[in-house]
Amino acid sequence: MPEMQLREAIRQAMVEEMERDENIFLIGEEVAQYNGAYKVSQGMLDQFGEKRVIDSPISEAGFAGLGIGAALNGLRPIVEFMTWNFSFVAIDQIINNAAKVGYMSGGQFKTPIVFRGPNGAAGQLAATHNTSVEAIYAYFPGLKVISISNPDDAYGLMKSAIRDDDPVVFLESEVMYGLKGEVEVDPERLIPIGKARIAREGDDVTLVGHNKSYWVAMEVADRLAADGYSAEVIDPRTIRPFDFDTVIESVKKTNRCVIIDESNPFASISSEIAFQIQDRAFDYLDAPIRRVTAKDVPAPYAKNLIAHYMPGADDAYEACKKVMYV
Amino acid sequence: MAIAVEMPKMSDTMTEGVLVAWLADEGDTVAPGDIIAQVETDKATMDLEAYDDGVLLKKVIGEGEAVPIGGLIAVLGKAGEDPSAILAKYQGGDGAAAAPEASEAEVSTDATPSAAPAASGDGAATASASGGRIKASPLARRLAQEHGIALGSIAGSGPEGRIVKRDVEAAMSTSAAAPATAPAPVTTPAVAAPAYQPPPPIAVTGSEPAYNAVRISQMRKTIARRLAQSKYTAPHFYLTIDVDMDRMVEVRKQLNAVAEAQGTQKISFNDLITKACAAALKQHPEVNASYLEQEGEIRQYHAVHIAVAVAVDEGLVTPVIRDVDQKGLTQIAEETRALAAKARDRKLQPQEMEGSTFTTSNLGMFGIEEFTAIINPPNACILAIGGIRDVPVVKDGAIVPGKRMKVTLSSDHRVVDGAVGATFMATLRSYFEEPMTLLL
Amino acid sequence: MATKSKPSAEAAIENGADTNGHAVKVPNALEFGFSSKTYQADEFTHEELGLSAEQLLAMYRNMLLQRRFEERAAQMYGKQKIAGFLHLYIGQEAVSTGSATALNIGLDSVITAYRCHGIGLALGMEPNVCMAELFGKIDGCSRGKGGSMHFFDAEKGFYGGHGIVGGHIPVGGGLAFAHKYKGDGGVSLTFFGDGAVGQGSFHEALNLAGLYDLPALFIIENNQYAMGTASHRAFADPDFYKQAIPYDMPSALVNGMDVLAVYKAVSDHVALAREQSQPSLLEIRTYRYRGHSMSDPQKYRTKEELEQKKNEDPIIRLKSYLMEHNLSDNDALDAIDDEVKQLVLDAVEFAENSPFPDLDTIWEDVYVQKDYPFIS
Repeated sequence: MPEMQLREAIRQAMVEEMERDENIFLIGEEVAQYNGAYKVSQGMLDQFGEKRVIDSPISEAGFAGLGIGAALNGLRPIVEFMTWNFSFVAIDQIINNAAKVGYMSGGQFKTPIVFRGPNGAAGQLAATHNTSVEAIYAYFPGLKVISISNPDDAYGLMKSAIRDDDPVVFLESEVMYGLKGEVEVDPERLIPIGKARIAREGDDVTLVGHNKSYWVAMEVADRLAADGYSAEVIDPRTIRPFDFDTVIESVKKTNRCVIIDESNPFASISSEIAFQIQDRAFDYLDAPIRRVTAKDVPAPYAKNLIAHYMPGADDAYEACKKVMYV
Repeated sequence: MAIAVEMPKMSDTMTEGVLVAWLADEGDTVAPGDIIAQVETDKATMDLEAYDDGVLLKKVIGEGEAVPIGGLIAVLGKAGEDPSAILAKYQGGDGAAAAPEASEAEVSTDATPSAAPAASGDGAATASASGGRIKASPLARRLAQEHGIALGSIAGSGPEGRIVKRDVEAAMSTSAAAPATAPAPVTTPAVAAPAYQPPPPIAVTGSEPAYNAVRISQMRKTIARRLAQSKYTAPHFYLTIDVDMDRMVEVRKQLNAVAEAQGTQKISFNDLITKACAAALKQHPEVNASYLEQEGEIRQYHAVHIAVAVAVDEGLVTPVIRDVDQKGLTQIAEETRALAAKARDRKLQPQEMEGSTFTTSNLGMFGIEEFTAIINPPNACILAIGGIRDVPVVKDGAIVPGKRMKVTLSSDHRVVDGAVGATFMATLRSYFEEPMTLLL
Repeated sequence: MATKSKPSAEAAIENGADTNGHAVKVPNALEFGFSSKTYQADEFTHEELGLSAEQLLAMYRNMLLQRRFEERAAQMYGKQKIAGFLHLYIGQEAVSTGSATALNIGLDSVITAYRCHGIGLALGMEPNVCMAELFGKIDGCSRGKGGSMHFFDAEKGFYGGHGIVGGHIPVGGGLAFAHKYKGDGGVSLTFFGDGAVGQGSFHEALNLAGLYDLPALFIIENNQYAMGTASHRAFADPDFYKQAIPYDMPSALVNGMDVLAVYKAVSDHVALAREQSQPSLLEIRTYRYRGHSMSDPQKYRTKEELEQKKNEDPIIRLKSYLMEHNLSDNDALDAIDDEVKQLVLDAVEFAENSPFPDLDTIWEDVYVQKDYPFIS
């Protein structure tokens, strides 16, 4: 299996799908001539030409809405947000148009569109450029939300997202674009949307983490292993629909759960996971569900503050020990 | 104004009481101090006194019923007065006996003041029990229900005394094997209905059930809870010595000759052992100790209060002989006899069973050579005493008859390490083998 | 995409620009400096526009259908058969009918805001399914999920009925984008009110349309009030046709009380879009007789103003035109009215008789995926 960077895996998926289906095009800021702000779309203009790889002005509401109209009218757009922070000026397009036209029209229309870009914190970028949007978009029925942690999942899920007839919010990560991993390249390799991955099996505690938080979970699992405890690590991969079944089966085995989520805590994905567990596995819980999230503040700038803001392995490790009563 | 009679807290570990017998009838006039009923607590059967003048208007619970602390037992008032207001006040989810918050608080203030070590060492259990609400994880609740284990009989090891999975599992495993400190077989006849749904019968011959359903008494619940907690939370290790008892036998013979002459209480081997333990404990305060996790400290007690396991019909109790190191053998003998008699009659008062710093358990009279005992929390150690055996020993190059006894110390490794225990045992051996030093 | 690659005129005509049975005149040369045109009332005759008497009568019937439909809808609202919002289009029917007549319905795309009954009916939606939608019944065009603001008809290329002011304008641009991308010869018409001009999405959509040369018409239905705010109170310059200037597209100012003027203006600019992939902006000045919604007390305008506007009524105007030109007579026109009234009564009956949606349908149409695992 070839090893590639996360950005290359996403590109590989887009390229393969665009080769397969002429109705797919890519639009966004700097995606064409500049080859992508994070070089995800590098070389795609040369391969597909300016009809299908389109530079947009800084006009998120405009090009997001344009993509939706194009999707309603038979195309399959991939809309890149340079970062998901910028999607907020386009949010009406995503939540009122992409997510709801199918429903409001009684199923007469569909919106096969992928909105993609890097999500979450990426260092000392301060408050407006460090937002985690998954809970915001996952709130809306009609959308699907994917958040990936590694090149192989990125490849297989991007292909599924592009082929899906529902609008998909696809969350990547600036700091992980260079992450390398083996990718099982196959034009028909589709990782199903809505299926979590059990990255590591264990009996003592279930750790749930997506995107960057997945790697925090793996580090914590290593530390627990050194202490003689086995943690089960689940990467949800899809936020909506969330694979609660896999998490709940795991919690039924381990009787305890720690969720790592770099979103702000209030009404976040971790809130919903915790709710579902207590609802569906109440009698299996031996400890309260704990979560480790970003602090309940806007992301700060200073180096020490942003480090303090992020959910860290130390906190997650302590949370695990707490729920294991050790 | 009618007055509620609530279930009082009669011991530090009591969470509920069973009304064993009514000694007054509805319509009887009672005065403060009158005994109106008997209540079985986890430790003893206690008299329930009236604290007010009045007529017993209503018995709220029947004989054999259990009521949590603060729960309503009866209503006193003027003749012909209507008790319904009080009954309504106590009406709750758990029926007429449910305890409202306020009255509960009053009861706990009136609770028997208990000796420091006993109360603090049992912090987790007390926390579970306080307020009548048992804190348990959802999983622990389900497991307990599935296995027919009353949560009230389990001590929680989680935060604030929360009962968690491992506590229930420990209770499940100890319920399979009887604790060694319970010397007498359970002969209590079956009373009332089982407290829980028994598992489906394994085999049925004719119309006879394949088992006798024995109601779990308050005492049994306490034994189960405390010993399970002990075995689970205190990492036990065991040190056995085989001591030469020749001199002890000699000394006892002489002492009892004197006692007979003077008409005083005869001295048993157990009394001598108790005295020997006290002397050794005085020299080894690290063994005369408690591990108190919640307080974040290990307490090494100045006083030596030794609990002596006494078998009774329903199980066992551990009356405490206080300040053993300061008492003579005769006094120890007298007190031990008195306490044992009270124990068998279930007349022990809670304070007579609290505050021990060390425990002994003697199964020698049953022909047991040696055994290991489960530590009586919050003690750090317990001494299991086997019988005195006639054995051939080699003395001065010749095989001669000798007397030997095996004693085994169970130690809580959180407090007592192997070498500490061994040193203590060496001291103990010296007192057993040179018993005259005890008399100094 | 930024390069101009325009489909040929022949190709566009082959694609059926003429399906409504009339010739489409393509202006010979339009200056793309700023040269806004005007389309005045009474400026055009049907002969000039190549419209037959039958076509005029069809337009008359079409406008009357919208009028009678909405009058009855207002009554049904009072009878609590219809709830929520009910934004009536009465007074603006020339805009919808004039535009629809200029389109190749089925090929072209239309999207509008929440005052959507008129354009839906103008495009040929059945009164039955429209009334059933207002009643919230399963036979409604949107299966009772959309209501008054959310009429849709995929067959007619009608992309809705949208509730957020200005939110659908970029989508209209995207519809045009797809027409161009696919090269199917279709154009998109995006209708919105004067209030939407204040939204950023309007400007972003026009910029992208101008930048990418999309075959799009953006039509401001200027009924002069954004809810209760007169346009001069909301805009530094209420001459909205000028908004085309920064986006490098032609614009025109149209009298929306004359269906022939609207037809002409839309035809000209649809042709621009179809032939040259040239987007444009129309400001069509119209007037709504009713309040913004059913709960609007209309304190912001005088009764005199309303009465004066009613004198310009587009339906009466066309009726007068038909009679003046001896294309019809009172009896024939009354017969049309009777036929339309009955159609609307039938629609009410249809809506009454249609069942409410089965509760299980609440889970349908959220996702194309049939087995989506909803949280329940």
